[in-house]
Order: sequence, then C-alpha cells, then structure tokens
Amino acid sequence: MGTFVQLVVDGLSTGSIYAAIALAIVLVNQATGLINFAQGGMAVLAVYVAWVLTNEGVPLILAILASIVFSIVFGAVVERFLMRRFERGDPDTAVVVTIGLLTLITGVAGWLWSYNNQQFPSLFPLDTVQFLGVSVSIRSIGNTVVIIVVMGLLQALFVGTKLGLALRAVAINPESAAFSGLPVGRLLMVGWGLAAALGAVAGALVAPQLTLTPGMLDNALVYALAAVILGGLTSPVGVVVAAWIIGILENLAAVYVPFIGFDLKVAVPFILLFVVLVVRPQGLFGRKSVVRV
Amino acid sequence: MTLLELEGVTASYGPVQVLDGVSLSVPDNGAVGILGANGAGKTTTLRAISGTVKTGGRITFDGKDIRGLRPDQVAALGIAHVPEGRGTLGDLTVRENLRVGAYLRKDSKAIEQDIDYCLDLFPNLQERIRSNASALSGGEQQMLAVGRAIMSKPRLLLLDEASLGLAPSTAKNVYDAIRRLRVESGIAMVVVEQNANLAFTLVDSATVLEVGRNVLTGTSAELKGMDEIRRAYLGG
Repeated sequence: MGTFVQLVVDGLSTGSIYAAIALAIVLVNQATGLINFAQGGMAVLAVYVAWVLTNEGVPLILAILASIVFSIVFGAVVERFLMRRFERGDPDTAVVVTIGLLTLITGVAGWLWSYNNQQFPSLFPLDTVQFLGVSVSIRSIGNTVVIIVVMGLLQALFVGTKLGLALRAVAINPESAAFSGLPVGRLLMVGWGLAAALGAVAGALVAPQLTLTPGMLDNALVYALAAVILGGLTSPVGVVVAAWIIGILENLAAVYVPFIGFDLKVAVPFILLFVVLVVRPQGLFGRKSVVRV
Repeated sequence: MTLLELEGVTASYGPVQVLDGVSLSVPDNGAVGILGANGAGKTTTLRAISGTVKTGGRITFDGKDIRGLRPDQVAALGIAHVPEGRGTLGDLTVRENLRVGAYLRKDSKAIEQDIDYCLDLFPNLQERIRSNASALSGGEQQMLAVGRAIMSKPRLLLLDEASLGLAPSTAKNVYDAIRRLRVESGIAMVVVEQNANLAFTLVDSATVLEVGRNVLTGTSAELKGMDEIRRAYLGG
C-alpha cells in the first residue's frame, strides 16, 4: 500500500509537468489553431535565463519571475516576426516551422551554455512529509498545487473573460473575428506570450529534478502531446487530468506489470493514446467538432 | 449626407483584376443594393470596403479615407461586414458569438439590452442561445451572423448574399427581420444579393455590376423588372 501511494503521488507530480507543457500547447492551439512543437524548447530557454540570473546572485523566485517576463516577450516576438509569415498559409507548413524553431533553440542553447547537465535550484524544500503512512516529497506536492492553480486560472481566462473569448474567436476564424473589430495580430501575440510564460513555469518546476540541458523537455513534450490528444484540444481541465493519468499509469505499470518494467514504461501513454483515438477521437473531455454547410 | 463613397475602385486577386473602377454612394440611413451575375465583383466590392482585399481608387466613409485600413480598423469606425458564408464562430455558443460582436464596446449594460434586441429580432436564436453556432441550421446561422454584426452598433452594415443556400421562406424571414432592423435603427446598408426581387424589398436604390464595372444605377422603382437586370444575371 505504501508503495502504491508513493507511486501515485510521484505520478501526479511528473504528470503535472506534462500538464503544464500540455496547457501551453492547448493555449497556442486555442489562439492560433496550430500545435507548437517548440513549446518545450522555448521553456528550456526560459530556464536558462533564470539559471544565468541565479548564477549572478539574483534570488531564485525573482530569477523565475524574470524568466516568465522574458518568455512573454519572446513568445510574442516569435509570433510577430516568425509565425505570422506562415499563419495564412498551409497549417502543416507552420507546424514544420515550429519543429525547426525547436531545433534552432536547442542548438543555440547548446552553443551558449554547452550540452552539459547544469544544477538548477528547487523552489520547494527537499524535505518529505508523512501522508497516508508514506513519506511524500514537498516538491511533488508543490508541483501539483502550482499546476492546479495555473489550470484554474486558464480555465477562468478562456471561459470567463473577454480576452479569453477573443482568443477563442480569433482561433476559430481570424478574418471573421476581425470583422467584429478584434485586433487579430495583437491577440495572437498575447496567446503566444501567455503560452511561453506557462512553459517557463513548467521548466522551472522540473529543472531541479531533470537537471538543466538543452534537450531537457524533449521527452516531456512527447508526453504532453499525448496528454493533449488524450484530454482533448479544447479542454484545459481535460489535458491536466489526462497528464495526471499518464504520469500515474506509467509509474504503476512500471512496477506492477512485470513485462513493461522501467524500460517499456515510455510506451504506456502511447498504448492509451491509441485506444482513445480509436474509441473516442475527440479525446476524453474534448468536444466533437461539427461542420455544417 | 453621403456616408460611404466609392470612386473608381479597383481590386485584383494576384494577376486577375476583379474590380475595374466601381463607384457606389450610400447616403446616411440609406440602403443600396449591388446586383449582378456570379463573378461580377459584388463580394469583392464589399471586401474592398472592409479592407480584406488590396484596392486602388478612393473609398471614403463619413468623409475619411479608409482605403488601406486593416479589417479591424474599418470595423472600429462603425462598418460591420456580414461575409458570404456567414462567418459565424462555430465552436462558440450563440451568446458568445453575440458578445464577440460587441468586443469594441465598453457599455456592458447596453450590451445585454442589445443581445435581448437581437433575440427579439430573431426569436429562433432565443431557443438556441446555449448551442454552439456550428449546431445551428443555415437560416439560424445567417440570423446569428447579422445579430453579431449589429452587436457592434455599426453605422453601416455590409450584407453579402444573406439568402444564399436558404429555403425561400427562410430567406424571406431573414429579410423581413433585416427590414425591421433598418426601420428601427436607421443603420445604412450595402446589400449584395443574387435574388434581385428579394433585394428590392430592402434597398432604395441599386447598381448592377458586370465584369467589375457599374453598368446601370438607379432607384429600386426604376430598376425593377428592367431587361438589363435580367441580362446582367444571365450574362447575355
């Protein structure tokens, strides 16, 4: 029982990291209708900014806040000066551009700061607390709580605010949205900026565990994409729940299903993904898109 | 007073010139029809006004030169475009679509009143207020498109083929509601319509386009039943 609880709580914690990247992907998708494969790379860049600042003696929390501000600006700049050229064309081209951007960011980060693993300080103390008879790390709880708060804020943004409504309108039909006076270009920049900020939060949470390298979030990106499809592209709550399911299931399967073990646990989300795509293609929580002429 | 004036407006999609010197004049509170066959340049004329196609010539609204402005800037001046194909936002509910229409307004109390006015104008939407726009019938989507446009409190409404793909009785309902809107609000209108008889129930005057040029302009009374109108549609 003790092992089980520990596996679940650890799964929630790693799932929360996938969730944060997945939320950023959903945000860009809601605002621009495309999947940004560079989301993880942009987050890593933000963590490097925070890392450089802490090395200069800036307190950790300030360094992370600064990296979030950097990300908002960087995300907006990427949208304005790179993605805008491709937005009116074929969406597949735009997606390939984001893959190119990921490669570019990884290369530049490796060139500037080397590919060696760097230590990144943790926001939460490394202590453990007793929970249901097992010891659980404060970091796991902290990661999970931060992501729950962020998810709530995002849901409130999309459903409850004029900005969220405008972002959704622009994603569905930018030309038609402009007919109602929505400044499409500026809204797209806001969407990309917010998503990059979210990535920065995820990066700062996970960097102490994974240690900082240019490719730190490559695996997390794959899991995040699985969560996005599992949860449904239209539902922030859905992708977080899906990311948790993935995090927990892969942990449990590694221990309790002998032939999977730690070597094959990476396959677990994809088996799940396969089943969901066959049975419920819009994801567990997504809405079916209906087209009527 | 003239609200909207087009003089010698040209437009092309790549190498294909679609407008070759179109003129149009819409008085305050007036409604002007643009008639013509497929490919005559009716839709492109509306797109030239709302800034969604590159144009030459002169376009003035309320005395200001608006040629070259972005679509959202044109909308902010008080021109609402109901595009061909309706442009409703499928994944948003009916109410959300109407609220998007009011994006530039800050008077939240009046916005709620105007939503009620839209629902009074188009009672079908009342029952579907929580439905996604994509789940509406074609007629309901057209009503929603017009409703969203008037939520911005425009001074000029650009209406593109509001009857397209609708059953005749539904098209008549839509036009009845728009006529009521015109009487009650005094919004000026530019009405592009394939169905000339339907257009004449709404507009005071009209111009007939052929291959991107005005070939005939007159009041509705003058134009009704003229041979040129039939000829323009049949391309003969």
